[in-house]
Amino acid sequence: MTTQPLRTAIRGVHVMNGTEDLGVRTAVLSDGRIEGYDLDGPFDVEVDGSGLVLTNAFIDPHVHLREPGFEVKEDLASGLRAAAAGGFGTVVSMANTDPVIDNPEQVRGLLEKAADIPGARLRPAASLTFGLKGERLTDAAALQEAGAVMLTDDGIPVADSDVMRRACEWAADLGLVVQTHSEDPSLRGAGVMNEGAVSERLGLPGNPREAEAVMVFRDCQIAAMTGARVHIAHVTCRQALDVVRWFKAQGAPVTCEVTPQHLTLTDEALAAFDPMVKVAPPLRTAGDVEALTEAFVAGEVDCIGTDHAPHTLDEKRQDMLSAPFGIANIEVAFPLLVETLVQPGRMTLQALLHRFQHGPADVMGWDAPSLEPGSPADLVLLNLNDARTVEPHTFLSKAKFSPWEGDALHGWPVQTWVGGRSVFERG
Amino acid sequence: MSEPQGSKLIRTLLDFDRFTADDVRAILNTTDVMAQVLERPVKKVPALQGFTVATLFYEDSTRTRLSFERAARAQSADVMTFSKGGSSVSKGESLRDTVATLEALAVDAFVVRHPSAGAAHQVASWTDKAVINAGDGRRAHPTQALLDVATYERSVDAPVEGRKLVIVGDVAHSRVARSNAALWRLLGADVTVCGPPTLMPQHGGLPEGVTVETRLDRALDGAHAVMALRLQQERMHEARFASPAAYAEQYQITEARLAGAQDDVKVLHPGPMNRGVEIDGRLADGPQSLVTQQVAMGLPVRMAVLYHLLVGKGGSA
Ligand SMILES: [Zn+2]
Repeated sequence: MTTQPLRTAIRGVHVMNGTEDLGVRTAVLSDGRIEGYDLDGPFDVEVDGSGLVLTNAFIDPHVHLREPGFEVKEDLASGLRAAAAGGFGTVVSMANTDPVIDNPEQVRGLLEKAADIPGARLRPAASLTFGLKGERLTDAAALQEAGAVMLTDDGIPVADSDVMRRACEWAADLGLVVQTHSEDPSLRGAGVMNEGAVSERLGLPGNPREAEAVMVFRDCQIAAMTGARVHIAHVTCRQALDVVRWFKAQGAPVTCEVTPQHLTLTDEALAAFDPMVKVAPPLRTAGDVEALTEAFVAGEVDCIGTDHAPHTLDEKRQDMLSAPFGIANIEVAFPLLVETLVQPGRMTLQALLHRFQHGPADVMGWDAPSLEPGSPADLVLLNLNDARTVEPHTFLSKAKFSPWEGDALHGWPVQTWVGGRSVFERG
Repeated sequence: MSEPQGSKLIRTLLDFDRFTADDVRAILNTTDVMAQVLERPVKKVPALQGFTVATLFYEDSTRTRLSFERAARAQSADVMTFSKGGSSVSKGESLRDTVATLEALAVDAFVVRHPSAGAAHQVASWTDKAVINAGDGRRAHPTQALLDVATYERSVDAPVEGRKLVIVGDVAHSRVARSNAALWRLLGADVTVCGPPTLMPQHGGLPEGVTVETRLDRALDGAHAVMALRLQQERMHEARFASPAAYAEQYQITEARLAGAQDDVKVLHPGPMNRGVEIDGRLADGPQSLVTQQVAMGLPVRMAVLYHLLVGKGGSA
């Protein structure tokens, strides 16, 4: 980014975040920070914020930006701009690219490239093992030095428990977060959807909840054993939640996330054999959605991780066995959950904001997002008043299709600032 | 040839979920007519003249494919073949693109065999032409079930209603078992499935009223028809059973084990058989066996299905 951020006033806007509520103010941004509230001009830019909410831009600990290697699905430019359109100011990119992000040069390369892109800030994860092969450990210290904020083989479970243990010993010493895609590979088998009444009715290979729960148990046990901060990605079922809950109660350094799709869709979504909703771990049942919702509302689930996983339409239009796993969702994640949880009164707006702000910051061990003067001006303006329809052709992501196409949602981001610079404005 | 009854045009045969017993009876009645055609010196009728049938086989099954293609040609339809390893299905062209290409070539019916459950449903969602599921994963293989019912009913000269079918073997992975269970139940038969616990369907994956039994003697008690399923040896490597010999010890269908069945019990097998594993070779060749009749029934059944989907008014009003 070459131009200097401008002194910006956002007038008459309701300023709040997951922990505080400053009421209706005029927020002033300058030099990349929140300068203060209700200050005098002159301003380079004035924004009418009346009726809107101004809050800290969101943090996503789990996105797939596909660069390098799979730029046909997504690249840094499209992914970081899409993230900003979803209200995110910071995203943690997964390492399952081609080549895999398993050495410091690649981490630096990503950071250099992302610095020029007007969008969310990039904080890359690096792989836990070379080539995601689950065998040789990557150089965690050098990766951290280069800017990696997380170690994960996400996309592939770490099958070897001793490899997991040793990686966690390194991570504990360095203070790095280890994120796990926790599914027992053999119990999961070739499953393409939740194993249950629906998979049996459809005749598709099932992937049982127990595959997730047993691996979550192992990963939590290793967190407790090594003291590493272990973050369980995309928890999907009651059994896995119970395990995480138990380990948290013992004081183990364990956190977990849930995705928007696992909070809103069930395995019945696959009944029409539409691979669009094929994800891993799979969509479960209404009972699991209820269990996840209760734990999410109660704060037992630490945050949302979108697991934004773009693919091309041609790839997703194959048969149910061949189509790749994943849903591109980063632009609809927040409004989708406003509509599903806040509008019906299941949780407050402030609590939902918390799961997009303080929740993920705590998981990553970062400073708490703040609205205090002097804080970074990573902000998003939200419209909670008007419903707007999901129109995938307007997505900035390369994946211009969505399971929620046509849904009318509240809570869309209107404008996003990163470091005081406007990086997204809804047309 | 007599005109099928009813007025509802059935465009797809994907499974039996939306079929009534009357719909099925209409196809079975036409099957009898087709069987008569096949007994004539000139085994060909002009019923489907001007129609083009495409077979899309993403799984090797020359037998089933040839059966469909002969069924089309015996009614004077043109046939286009797309099979795995052939020119078009390879080279990474997607199923969707293949269907679009064939639609542009004025194909009237798609016969789809695919390793993925739901593939034929997907094809039907992309085209308004006729679609026949010739086997999708472990989900369904409806023409096999139709020919099994037709074969049994012809052999005993009575409907399956009120009779007991026992399906023995790897039911969990068998589209033949699933489609037969659905069809025989639809027509009012009792259905029991039997096999090792590791090969039985879980989470209630079978139609209502199907009994699951792991003890063969109990399952066979009072059976009118027994269907042995082909045992896929690779299941042994998936830890489903100890060895083919151990499987045979408990679940092979033999003359002696049919003692508790009806006196006129019939034995079916969808083929190809592992003699000495799921079925005793002597039984397969014996008078109770319908195995060769099953193979022969494939043709008139598939002729009837093509006829109903392309020109017939199959089923009830
Ligand atoms: Zn994952």
